[in-house]
Amino acid sequence: MANRASETKAATVTADPYPAQTPAQRFVLVLSRVWAWVFLALLIIIFVIAVPISSGGSVNFVTLRNSQNILVAIIPVLLLGLGQTFVIIGAGIDLSVGWVMSFASVLSALAIRAAFNSGVPLFFSAVAGLLAAVAGASIVGLFNGVIIAKLKVPAFIVTLGSSFIVRGIALLMSENTTVIGLPRGIRSYGNDSLMYFIRGEGGGLYFITRPEVSGEMLRRTDGILPYPVLLTAFVVAIAVFVLHKTQFGRHTFAIGGGLEAALRTGIPVPRHIIKLYVLSASTAGIAGFLSTLRFTAGSAVIGDPLLLSSIAAVIIGGVSLFGGAGTVMGTVIGALIIAVLTTGLVMLNVAAFWQFIVVGAVVIIAVLIDQSRDLIVGHYKSEQPP
Amino acid sequence: MTEPILSIRGLTKRFGGLVAVNDVSWDVYPGEVVALLGDNGAGKSTLIKCVSGVHPADEGEIFFEGRPSHFLRPIDARRQGIETIYQDLALANNLDVGANIFLGREMKNSHLGGLVKTLNDARMLEESQSALASLEIHFPSLTQPIESLSGGQRQAVAIARAVYWDAKLMIMDEPTNNLGVPEQKKVLDLIRRLRDQGVPVILITHILPDVFAVSDRLMVMHRGRKVTEKIPSQTSTEELVQYMVGARDDTSVGNVRENSLGPSADPS
Repeated sequence: MANRASETKAATVTADPYPAQTPAQRFVLVLSRVWAWVFLALLIIIFVIAVPISSGGSVNFVTLRNSQNILVAIIPVLLLGLGQTFVIIGAGIDLSVGWVMSFASVLSALAIRAAFNSGVPLFFSAVAGLLAAVAGASIVGLFNGVIIAKLKVPAFIVTLGSSFIVRGIALLMSENTTVIGLPRGIRSYGNDSLMYFIRGEGGGLYFITRPEVSGEMLRRTDGILPYPVLLTAFVVAIAVFVLHKTQFGRHTFAIGGGLEAALRTGIPVPRHIIKLYVLSASTAGIAGFLSTLRFTAGSAVIGDPLLLSSIAAVIIGGVSLFGGAGTVMGTVIGALIIAVLTTGLVMLNVAAFWQFIVVGAVVIIAVLIDQSRDLIVGHYKSEQPP
Repeated sequence: MTEPILSIRGLTKRFGGLVAVNDVSWDVYPGEVVALLGDNGAGKSTLIKCVSGVHPADEGEIFFEGRPSHFLRPIDARRQGIETIYQDLALANNLDVGANIFLGREMKNSHLGGLVKTLNDARMLEESQSALASLEIHFPSLTQPIESLSGGQRQAVAIARAVYWDAKLMIMDEPTNNLGVPEQKKVLDLIRRLRDQGVPVILITHILPDVFAVSDRLMVMHRGRKVTEKIPSQTSTEELVQYMVGARDDTSVGNVRENSLGPSADPS
């Protein structure tokens, strides 16, 4: 007994410092964190230089109008990607978001039309459209989540199946045609901006209301911060907050990176997984609603081509497909990279199909960089068994 | 004599025709490290899973802190203060030390009259630091993900988490497996420190030097039955091995004769 105290005193579990890293390894570790930003910056620099050259100096890449166009272009991919970010960090996948977006677009168009035609004011008709889109999408999310979490069917299968179901419902509801006949005012909700700027002679900055100009002057008018961009920015801010500052976000990371730990520490895992799929469907619902506003019509085919782009944005943004790692801002950067790439290639008069080739290559490079980072971090693990 | 914190009476657990645990009675007292020994398949893990709420017992009773306990799920046992540290440690490797110690029980700040709650990471970090310090564990940084820690350090985090949440009985399943020699020593020191703080530890192992290094008492199981209880200073490695492989058995040698005299004699 006597020597126990002295033994105890000597025993202190101290951390071994990180094994020394070579400069190359340190480079990869830093690169894995910042490469998407660097790549985006490089893309912009390339287009800033190349676009004026290829157009003989008549077109510039960085203009007010182009920046706003890019912001509008990323909205659907980004919104689908936001929900997907949560789901993939939680080690799931949601393949239904594309068709859910279409479904929500049709639902919101039908709701807006019905509400407005029965005498509801324009603004509240739009609100009814948003509620219908989010509620309808959430039901699909709930369906996905319950079957995945409670019946333990793989997420890939469930969301693949539900995307077909939702596709059928959306086409049936829209009678395989675009839902039109929406009030004209909807168009301004979907396309008007917070501010307007008219370049050159007689121009200036206008707030809220679109200046009544026409002809040559209209061509010099640019909107700044369209309402859909503002709504999307708001959703992004909420997503950042929820993922990185709340218990919900923490549990999402825990479920994706340490399922056993999450279960044993009493986190309500099935319920949380259901919430993730409802969240993912909801952001797809908002995307569908905004596309209805933008085109003043509901479309049952609008979302389908966006699914893979949104997953690409998430992966380029550094979310691990195995779960447990990622950020909301990474997904924003991923969506921006895709939009800048598409816009820039179009301005260069390069066939738009090149974007697919480049995006595909970037996705694979993104995962390669991630894996080399894991190899380096895993280096500790192989030296010190778990 | 003090009351046992854990008292097992006549516990039996069957899986189909296999009797995994056969009529085991055992007591654990506050402030002691008791080792549970046995070869693979001896029933150690099954016995412990009955105590920690993973399996319901078929027969017999478990008293924890003097009260009969019927844990239906592991979480019930944890709420009563029985913490089991498995080999996989149940840590989220992608989260940092503070996040792991508070996993599922995060500290939060309230905003807007409780409408919005944010994680209080600063406070959790502080509390984690003091929880680790109370066990004399010192990491250079608590904000690195668990995956960058060594096996022993992870073990320490799991133990600190249990201690922070007021474990009244700690069950450790092969804690020194897969660890390098210096790390093994550190984990054993941690076990001693837990005992010194009054937390009893059940140490499941088949590494005999560990048993002699830290345990106050030991119990050996063979084929589901308790074959002996010893004090380490009154036995030897050779003797324990004989018990573990079934060459010695206190119950069959001594008790068969005694039993044959009693009313509940078992003819087999």
